[in-house]
Amino acid sequence: MPLLEVRDLTVVFERKGEKPFTAVDHVSFDVEPGQTVGLVGESGCGKSVTSLAIMGLLPRRGARVSGSVQYEGVNLLSLSDREMRDRRGRDLGMVFQDPLSSLNPVIPIGVQVTEVLERHQGMPRKKAMLEAAELLDKVGIPDPTRRLTEYPHQLSGGMRQRALIAIALACRPRLLIADEPTTALDVTIQAQILALLKELVRDLGTALVMITHDLGVVAGLCDEVNVLYGGRVVEKAHRHDLFAAPRHPYTHGLLASIPRLDAPRGEKLNPIRGSVADNIPWAEGCAFAPRCPNKLDVCVQVTPEQEDIGAGRLLRCHNPVQPPVSEEVSV
Amino acid sequence: MSTAVNHEPETPGSGATNDTLVSVEGIKVHFPIKRGVILDRTVGHVYAVDGVDLAVRRGETYGLVGESGCGKSTLGRAVLRLSEPTAGRVVFDGTDLSSLKGEGLRRMRRRMQMVFQDPMSSLDPRQSVESILVEGLRAHDLDKGREETGKRLRSLLSAVGLPNTSLRKYPHEFSGGQRQRIGIARALAVEPDLIIADEPVSALDVSVQAQVVNLLEDLQEEFGLTYLVIAHDLAVVRHISDRVGVMYLGGLVEEATSDDLYAEPLHPYTKALLSAIPVPDPLVEDRRERILLTGDLPSPANPPKGCRFHTRCPWKQETRCDTERPEMREVLPGHKVACHWAEDIRANRIQPHAVEAVLVEEDGISPDVPLVGPASVTEAMNP
Amino acid sequence: MVTPTRKKDRIDKLAEAGSDAGVSLAASAWRTLRRSPVFLTGAVIIGLFVLVSLLSPWLAPHDPSDPMLIDQVIKARNQIPAVQDGHPLGGDLQGRDFFSRLLIGSQQTLIVGVLATLIGLAGGLTLGTLAGALGGWVDSVVMRLVDVMLSLPSLLLAFSISAMFARPNQYTVIVAVAVVQIPVFARLLRGSMLAQRSSDHVLAATALGVKPGAIVFRHMLPNSLGPVIVQSTLVLATAIIDAAALSFLGLGNPDDRIPEWGQMLGDVQNVFDTHPQLAFWPAGCIIVVALGFTLMGETLREALDPKSRR
Repeated sequence: MPLLEVRDLTVVFERKGEKPFTAVDHVSFDVEPGQTVGLVGESGCGKSVTSLAIMGLLPRRGARVSGSVQYEGVNLLSLSDREMRDRRGRDLGMVFQDPLSSLNPVIPIGVQVTEVLERHQGMPRKKAMLEAAELLDKVGIPDPTRRLTEYPHQLSGGMRQRALIAIALACRPRLLIADEPTTALDVTIQAQILALLKELVRDLGTALVMITHDLGVVAGLCDEVNVLYGGRVVEKAHRHDLFAAPRHPYTHGLLASIPRLDAPRGEKLNPIRGSVADNIPWAEGCAFAPRCPNKLDVCVQVTPEQEDIGAGRLLRCHNPVQPPVSEEVSV
Repeated sequence: MSTAVNHEPETPGSGATNDTLVSVEGIKVHFPIKRGVILDRTVGHVYAVDGVDLAVRRGETYGLVGESGCGKSTLGRAVLRLSEPTAGRVVFDGTDLSSLKGEGLRRMRRRMQMVFQDPMSSLDPRQSVESILVEGLRAHDLDKGREETGKRLRSLLSAVGLPNTSLRKYPHEFSGGQRQRIGIARALAVEPDLIIADEPVSALDVSVQAQVVNLLEDLQEEFGLTYLVIAHDLAVVRHISDRVGVMYLGGLVEEATSDDLYAEPLHPYTKALLSAIPVPDPLVEDRRERILLTGDLPSPANPPKGCRFHTRCPWKQETRCDTERPEMREVLPGHKVACHWAEDIRANRIQPHAVEAVLVEEDGISPDVPLVGPASVTEAMNP
Repeated sequence: MVTPTRKKDRIDKLAEAGSDAGVSLAASAWRTLRRSPVFLTGAVIIGLFVLVSLLSPWLAPHDPSDPMLIDQVIKARNQIPAVQDGHPLGGDLQGRDFFSRLLIGSQQTLIVGVLATLIGLAGGLTLGTLAGALGGWVDSVVMRLVDVMLSLPSLLLAFSISAMFARPNQYTVIVAVAVVQIPVFARLLRGSMLAQRSSDHVLAATALGVKPGAIVFRHMLPNSLGPVIVQSTLVLATAIIDAAALSFLGLGNPDDRIPEWGQMLGDVQNVFDTHPQLAFWPAGCIIVVALGFTLMGETLREALDPKSRR
C-alpha cells in the first residue's frame, strides 16, 4: 500500500468578482514508503499548490480543495485544522524554498527545533535540546550546540536550509515534502543539500516528494517523476525512462531547451515557443497545444485523457513524441 | 599594470590589443560598512571586487560566472561606471572611462548598454513600451522626427520578436520573457557596441530561457555586438560564451575559452563548481563523481588571507595557500588560473583531501568582533 | 515554526493570475477603486462637501453675518433663537441663522484644508525631492530639520506658529497648518525616492545615459508619488481638524462674520451644556468630512500598492 495516495486533487481559487482559477486539476500520484517522487514543472503549473494542499496549508477562504489525499489510509483533506496541525511536523515534514522567510526571525534556531520535539513527542526541554543538537549535527551544521542559540539571520542560506531540514525531520516523519529546496541557493550549496537529502532519505527511510523546476535535480534524485503542465500531470515515468525517451512534447521540449554541460557546444537551443500565457483551458483541449510542435487539430478540440502506456508510464497527449530507436539518439 | 599608461589614456592598457573593446585593469570596488547613529563611522569594507584584470575582445561573448556574493554583478556595474571603482581603471575602445565625468560619461553610455536580471523591476512601470524605447533615443539625440523614430521602434520590436502592437502597452501586460525582450530592445535602441547582460535569463521560466538565449545570439550576429554575460548558471554561460572567467570572492580564479574550461578545469573551485551542476540525465548523474565543497562562502567583508579559496579547497597545501594570494598566470595556452598548485593538481601529483567546515559568520564583519545581537541576550538570560 | 506568509502571497498571486491586465498603473488603480464601496462612500461624502461649499452662497437661505434674530437672543438668560420657520437649525448667540452659517462655513473649511494641504505638499515635495535626489549632506541636513519638526506634537507646533503672528487671521491658520504637514510629506517622499534611487529601472535609465534631471523628474518622482497622494487625502482630513482646533483656541480669524466650522465650535464653548446642538452640527460636519477623506485615502493606498496588484 502506498504511503501517500493523491487522487484527483483539485484546487480552485475563487475571488469575489473574478473568474475562478483552477491551479491544480485532478492531479493523482502515489508515493511508496522510502520513495522519492518528483513533481516537475514551471511557475504556475500547480506544483507548489499541490504540496500546500497536501499539507493543508491553503487558506480555507478562497481556495476550494477537492479530491482525496490518503496518508496511511487516512484522508488528510477530511481532517480538521486541529488534527492536521498534529500531523504536520510529526507525520509530514515540509521544507520551503526560502529558508529565511520560513524560519521565525526572532526566535533562536534551537527553540524552533525543540518546539517541534516538545509539541509532538512531549520531550522535556533538556532532552529536546540534546536531540536538537544531534539533529543539527546530522544535517551537517558545524558546531551545533552554539548554533542552537543563534538566530536565523546569523546563518548563511545553506545553513538555514539545513536547519529547516532538521526541523522538518525532527520527529522522523515518514513523508517529507520539499518545495524547491535548493532554488534560492548557489550550485555548490545546492549540491550539498541534495546530497544531504539523498543521504537522509536512504538512512531514515523517509519518503520524499521533491518539487522543482530543475530537471537536472530530478535526474539525480527522484525515482519517479510527474511532469505538470497547466495544473495537470501530463507525463509520469520512472526517471531513466523519462529522460531516455520523453514522450510528451512538453517534457521533450523542456529537455531540448536547456543547455547541457556535457553536450557539444555550438548548437542552437530549441526553445518551446510562446509562454504559459498562451495556454488554452483544459476543458477546450490540451492546455499545451498553442505551444506544441506536435499539435494536431484534435488537440484544440478534445481534452486528452491520461493513458497508461506501459512500464508504469502515464501520458496525456494526442500526438506524443515517438521514442528514439536506440539509446544514442535520446534527448 | 604599468604606470606609464596612466598618462596617456589613448594607449590601450597592457595585455590589451587592437581587437580589445574593453579592458579592465586591476579594478577594485570596496563598499564601506557604516555604523553609528548620528555620525556614520566606517567600521570596515566589503571587498566586493578586489583586483580583477580582464579584456573583452570585439565581437566576442565573455562569460563571467560565480556564485552569489562573488562580486560578478558589481564588476559588471563597475565596468559601466554604475558603481564607482575604488581603484583600477576600465578602458573602453581606447578611452579611459575613469577620466570621464558628467556629460562625457553620459555620452559614452550610448556605446555600452546593460540588460538586467529582473525584467519587471528594471522597466519603469509607468512608461509605455514606446516611451521606454524612445527615452534612450532622446537622451542621445537619435530621435530624428516622428516618422523615422516610428520606423526605428518597429524595427527594434521586430528584431527582439515583439509585435508592433506592443508600443502602446505597459510592462505589466507582458509575460516575463516578453519583458526581457523589451529590456533588450531598450539596450539595442541606442546602437551600442557592448552589452553587459547581468543574469539575463535566470528570472525566466526554463522553457523561455532558451528563447532569450537564442535571441541574444541572433542579435549579436546581426548587429556585431560584444557581450559580457554575467550569470551563475554555468550551462547557460558555457553555451553562450566564447571565453569564460570564473570569479570567487571578489577575484578571478580562472579564465579560458569556454571549451577548454569545461574540458579541463584547472582551479579547484572551477572543478567543484562544474561537478555541482546537475545534468538532466540520470545515467550521467548516477556515474558522476561530485566534489562537494564543505562550508559556505566566507564573508566578502573579511576575506581569507592568501588564496581566497583555501578555507574550502580540497587540494589545499601546507605552504603558500594561506599566506600568498595567487596571481592569474597562463598555465596552458590561453588558459589562465590563479592557483599555486595548478600544475601539480593537473598532473595528479596532489590528491584531494577532506576539509573541515569552517564557521562562517553571516552577520559579523570579523569573527573577532563580538556579536552584539539577541544571541548574547539569551545567553545572558539562560546562564 | 514554519511561517507560510510568503506562500500565501504566492497563492494570492496565483489566484490573481486569471485577471486581465489593465492599461496603465493609474487605470488599473481606478478600476479597483470604481468597485470599492468604501472608496465610493468617501467619494460621495467629499463630492457633496465640495458641491455644497461651492454652491453655498446660493444655497444659504440668509446672510450668515446678519443678526436677523437678535431680538430673540436674551444674553442674561442664555437664550438663543429656537428652530423656527425659515431657520431649520435656529440661530446662534448673535442671532444669526445657524444653517446658513454652517453652509457658508463649509467654504472656509474647504479653502483652509485644501490650501494648507497644497502648501504643505509643495514644501514637502521640494524638501523630499532635494533630500531624495541629491542625498549626501543635503539629505542629512533636510532630514535632521524634519526630525526636529516631527519631534514636536503637530498641534503644539501649529499653535506656536500661529502665535508668532501678531494678528492671527485665516491665512495664519493656513500657514501654521501647512508648515506642520511639510515634514510629513518630506519624509514620506524622501523615503520612497531613496527606494527608487536604488531600483533597477533607475539604474537602467542611468545606464541608458538619460540625463540626471530627467531621471529624477521622469522616473524617481512619479514613481514615488503614490504614497504622497494617499497621504495628502489623509492630511486634508487632519488639516481641517487642526484648523478647526486653532480656530477653536482663538487663533483663527477674529472676524466672525465669515463663519468657519472650527471657529463656530469655539464660539459656543461657554454655552455647550445648555445648547449642545450648536457644537453638534459643526463638529459632526468636521468628523464626516474628515472621514470622507480618510476613506478615500485608505482605499487609494490599497489600490496604488503594487503588491496588492501584482
